[in-house]
Amino acid sequence: MSKQATGTAFVALLRRDFLLAYRRRAELLQPLVFLLVVVTLFPLGVGPSPTLLANIAPGVIWIAALLATVLSLDSLFRSDFEDGTLEQMVLSGQSLALIALARTVAHWLVAGLPIVLLSPLLAMWMNLPDEGLLILIESLAIGTPVLSLIGAIGGALTVSLKRGGQLLSLLVFPLYVPLLILATSAVSSAVVDLPYTGQLGLMVSGLIASLTLAPFATAAALKLSLS
Amino acid sequence: MDLPNNSHMLAVTGLSFERYFERVFEPVSFELDAGSLLLITGSNGCGKTTLLRLLAGLLDPSEGKIQKEEQPLYAGHFPAIKDDLSVEENIRFWMKFMGTRKSDQMDGLCEQVIEEIGLTPVAQQEGRTLSAGQRKRCSLARLLFCDESLWLLDEPYSNLDPQGIAMLDSILKTHLTSGGACIMTTHGSLRPEGFDLQECHMISGRERYAGEAA
Repeated sequence: MSKQATGTAFVALLRRDFLLAYRRRAELLQPLVFLLVVVTLFPLGVGPSPTLLANIAPGVIWIAALLATVLSLDSLFRSDFEDGTLEQMVLSGQSLALIALARTVAHWLVAGLPIVLLSPLLAMWMNLPDEGLLILIESLAIGTPVLSLIGAIGGALTVSLKRGGQLLSLLVFPLYVPLLILATSAVSSAVVDLPYTGQLGLMVSGLIASLTLAPFATAAALKLSLS
Repeated sequence: MDLPNNSHMLAVTGLSFERYFERVFEPVSFELDAGSLLLITGSNGCGKTTLLRLLAGLLDPSEGKIQKEEQPLYAGHFPAIKDDLSVEENIRFWMKFMGTRKSDQMDGLCEQVIEEIGLTPVAQQEGRTLSAGQRKRCSLARLLFCDESLWLLDEPYSNLDPQGIAMLDSILKTHLTSGGACIMTTHGSLRPEGFDLQECHMISGRERYAGEAA
């Protein structure tokens, strides 16, 4: 069998995912609208006191980002699984880890990156002090790829279950906890002028670890779901 | 003990698969050489699809072994067609992803394939608008651009109209005369005509036990 070059297959898959994302843009907007609504509800719920909002801003924005990501994870592999695309991909002889990575990269670009881009607006709504804004953006830029990478493992594990959504959130939320703690602590430290590079450094190491390891775990979970 | 380098394209010995500690089908053995067509028959639920999935490598056998020279092409019940992409985009994606015989002539080849499977009038339509038969034709397009020599076709005739069946038969004939081989399942109502074929009748594990009890 003359197997297609790995790079070409990777690019073909990315292009297909972007085209699909464009055709289903309404589906794509839902998690972002959800993110905006959740953050908007906080000033209404806890009261509009500027200092109170500034204190809880990093946590609120990060938790909303977490929820919005999990919302879009269930569909990561589901349609490919249900229409037989996934089994054809497995049989194509291409590395399954690479397929998983391509899907994850596409997921981050259409679901994670918009959260990073929206974060200045969210920070303004939550009255986050200017000193914290840059760190919030940085923490989201480092953290949202980790959310996608770890989430992909959960998505792959639950893809063969009819209603895997709830189980998926139970599986991945515990894994998100360290990230949430580090990110919010980095932003809160920056606001009060304390050093935050340690937290960001740990987040970067988490990103590197999940970038190198998560695709293999996702591939193994996909193989398991198919058999 | 079979020698690993015997001349068969595919050799299966005593192959069986268990699900929840129960045999899905009774062990089967067969050999397949270049240019031959193996028809797998049996009633609904007797394990035909499971057998093909085992041969494709999607499942691991519980007993017996499969010796194959190369990865076969598997066309199962799921068409692997995206509802949101047009026929042409679907086929082009799979060409790029799986590779084609002549990757430098991708554009011409794509049009040629679409014409050969008779979907030129709907080439720009989204997958969701296709009928079941058109879907089947679209998923069979893979047969025309992939270069695997062993094909595993699961109920390839289902949903096809008489012209579609004739089209598939002619594709199959070309494949077999050029040294390929094919394993095809059918539950009996539609059979390939005008081929020299081997036949393998499958018995489900449950049927066998029912027979013993009687």
